[in-house]
Amino acid sequence: MAEFYSLRVNGVDREVVDAQLGESLLFVLRERLGLLGTKGACEQGECGSCSVLVDGELVCACLVLAAAQSGRDIVSIEGIAPAGVSTDVQQAFVDAGAVQCGFCTPGLVMAAHSLLERIVDPTDTEIREELSGNICRCTGYGRLVEAVANVAKTRIALGGNRG
Amino acid sequence: MADSGVATRQRPGRIGDSVVRPDGREKVRGEFRFSSDLPVEGALWGATLRSVHPHARIKRLDVTPAWKIPGVEAIITADDVPGKSTYGLIFADQPVFASEVVRYVGEPLAAVAADHPETCRKALEAIIVEYELLDPLTDPERAVDGSHPPIHPDGNVIRHQRVLCGDPDATGPVVVEGFYEMGMQDQAFLGLEAALALPDPGGAGVELHVATQAMHEDLHQIAACLGLPEDKVRLILAGVGGAFGGREDLSLQVHTCLLALRTGRPVRVHYGREESFLGHIHRHPARMWMRHHATADGRIIKIEARFVLDGGAYASTSSAVLVNAVTHTQGPYVCENAVVDGWSVRTNNPPCGAMRGFGVVQACFAHEGQMDKLAAACGLSAVEIRLRNAMRTGDRLITGQVVENVAPVERCIRETDALPLPDEPIGGFGDDPMRLPGGAGLTADRGHIRRGIGWGVAIKNMMYSEGFDDYSTARCSLADGVATLKFATAEVGQGFVTIAQQIARTLLGVDDVQLDRIDTTIGSAGSTSASRQTWMSGGAVDMACRRVRERLFEHVGRMWSVDPIRLVVDGDSVVDSSDSSRRISVADATAGQRFEETAEYHHPPTEPLDENGQGDCHTAFAFVAHRAVVDVDPELGLVKVIQVATAQDIGVALNPLSVVGQLEGGIAQGLGLAVMEEIVMQDGKIRNPSFTDYLLPTFLDMPPVVASLIEEPDPRAPLGAKGIGEPPCISVTPAIVAAIRDAIGKDLSRVPVRPQDICL
Repeated sequence: MAEFYSLRVNGVDREVVDAQLGESLLFVLRERLGLLGTKGACEQGECGSCSVLVDGELVCACLVLAAAQSGRDIVSIEGIAPAGVSTDVQQAFVDAGAVQCGFCTPGLVMAAHSLLERIVDPTDTEIREELSGNICRCTGYGRLVEAVANVAKTRIALGGNRG
Repeated sequence: MADSGVATRQRPGRIGDSVVRPDGREKVRGEFRFSSDLPVEGALWGATLRSVHPHARIKRLDVTPAWKIPGVEAIITADDVPGKSTYGLIFADQPVFASEVVRYVGEPLAAVAADHPETCRKALEAIIVEYELLDPLTDPERAVDGSHPPIHPDGNVIRHQRVLCGDPDATGPVVVEGFYEMGMQDQAFLGLEAALALPDPGGAGVELHVATQAMHEDLHQIAACLGLPEDKVRLILAGVGGAFGGREDLSLQVHTCLLALRTGRPVRVHYGREESFLGHIHRHPARMWMRHHATADGRIIKIEARFVLDGGAYASTSSAVLVNAVTHTQGPYVCENAVVDGWSVRTNNPPCGAMRGFGVVQACFAHEGQMDKLAAACGLSAVEIRLRNAMRTGDRLITGQVVENVAPVERCIRETDALPLPDEPIGGFGDDPMRLPGGAGLTADRGHIRRGIGWGVAIKNMMYSEGFDDYSTARCSLADGVATLKFATAEVGQGFVTIAQQIARTLLGVDDVQLDRIDTTIGSAGSTSASRQTWMSGGAVDMACRRVRERLFEHVGRMWSVDPIRLVVDGDSVVDSSDSSRRISVADATAGQRFEETAEYHHPPTEPLDENGQGDCHTAFAFVAHRAVVDVDPELGLVKVIQVATAQDIGVALNPLSVVGQLEGGIAQGLGLAVMEEIVMQDGKIRNPSFTDYLLPTFLDMPPVVASLIEEPDPRAPLGAKGIGEPPCISVTPAIVAAIRDAIGKDLSRVPVRPQDICL
């Protein structure tokens, strides 16, 4: 049944028109709102490719109904950095060689931001534990761990300034 | 490689630099478009109806109920395939849609196009299929011994290949033997199969945006099935979310094109994860036996071996995978006598084909298990037994082929051995439960944990074998100081796009190298597989750029009235090597000019194996060694890999950052095969077609990798560089299993090693 509701995505209220109520947030972000940066790879919350922030919390967009997120603040990969600018995490991923096919990358960027918000100076084990909900099939994780550790180090050296 | 046309290397982004990917920024920002990211106004969704039985006769296939569902625009079956009804990479034995018989669970029966994925789902549910169940052939040994009636007109044996070498009766004072088994591994690329087909007006042709490993291999098969001339089918590489062999065969390509041609509208087909497990080929499960005969001091005299690879319902590349397995029986070791028998067979299990390592993963697991048995029988260390038998350049393989490549096997072993062992104590530093096998959620007892160390060493062929001329094509144009490259090389994440730019920058003295769209408007580049693209497409780009540079030098030579042979590229300029005051920037020299050249790179020809497995069937070889350290809780059967050390024969590190990424990524996949990854089959059905039940290594499962890159440029390689994609995942699996054996003293012969294999 077609319905009408609105979602607040990346600071903007977006109307969702003609949607079926059973559609996931992942489907609505991608197919209704044209935000294709959030990826779907398992449809059951196992791989983290569809990670977005909902009211500041990291969630798998494939696991939540879009219509139920009305009134919440959703941030997708498109909203993590201002237009034309990359975040320190994004830049570190590129520089460290943490990107190969890139399909898991947007979800990992979201997860890494979330991690570094909560743990300023994570240990190697903390990085691995915090990001273990995000599967990467290409890199074997080594460059990803290095990228996240580099960001933490740089942020601490800069005294909390964010790139 | 020495290059007389380049004086120095002073600007960034050249060969040997750790250049970052040209698509990296788009990928981290979520702006890179994968094949699932191609919405088009007015596009329909397509979906596929699949068999739920491993072997059955189709008594009735009635699609009429599906037509009653509003929003359904097309329903197609085998009757609607206008061209060839079957396809396949080597033998065209796989139907586009099953017609009379289904031969595996997941085999396509029909496809629909509709206005919404949910409409598609309802339409598929509405289609009526009545089956008459047939006895499924699920045990590959029954295909070998002929005790099951043929399940396909081509018979149940896809290929039988023996290798007979030297004296079949040779023996020695030491004889060790073992049975080995490997489960079915999935490529599990993250970017699910997806495609967009755009029909030409009147159905005269079609444009397919697809994630694939081989543009032209796809094109040949698709056009034949569509009954269209190849120039009416245009393939454009959509962003590829990993491949690892799983995109070498067709999956949704023909179906998507047919739906678009039938409806006259754009059609998108996206697989979900479960459908992906059903819809692409997997790594061959294998049953292997080997018996090694050796001298008392551990030198191999003869190897006997038997391989049975389960090819599943259709041939795919099973025949080539088998050749790789049997011809790599000896591993990277000298062996003069061999009796090897191998079968790849047809069953009613899911079709198997290419996955990273391609038959050599199977052989290596067995031959490395044997080397450890031999070491134990001779009282030698794992390192010493391998050093004693290590192959060198000029040695003859059991196929009679001489290894002409650089073959630093001994160096791979010694450099791996020299890498530091982990300083982490058994059970990890401090009392962090996350460092225990099984992590915090399980209850490994620190006092019971045992540590083990294991070894694996491998040889891997590169490029296609047995007479295939898998050439590659590239075009380079240079105008106004900008180079543009065009090729059909599938970039699947491995980073060929980065290497291609580095080659052009180095040879042409330009900083700006544009990459044209990857599509079929240029000649074939072959497949992104067999560790071949750096060598083959790198060779083609290198050749095209050199030809353009000759044109550039001729042009500058005419301007200066000097012999072009005196000219070199220095930084961003062309310089007269006899008078270095004479210098012009490449940008100025090419202002208003355009030089364009296309090149095809072919490797030297190979030949098919004869009935005794003799022949120069492989193009080139690379080598690698792995050492694994594991902690095991023997009571709970839990394993934590603590460290992997590796030294790999790479020729030249064209991009060290990319090399490390390939090594670590391959090791993760080999670790998965060792201790967690398996498609569990029961009566022809996949029991775990999801990421909840098919376990993949996570951040916590993957240990630190310490690596030594062995750079001995191979004079036979166009850039001196060997392919690096496959070796990392080959010998790490036996190394990890050997480490578990070392920790618990059990004779583990099957991968993945499951908890019950350890603790029961």
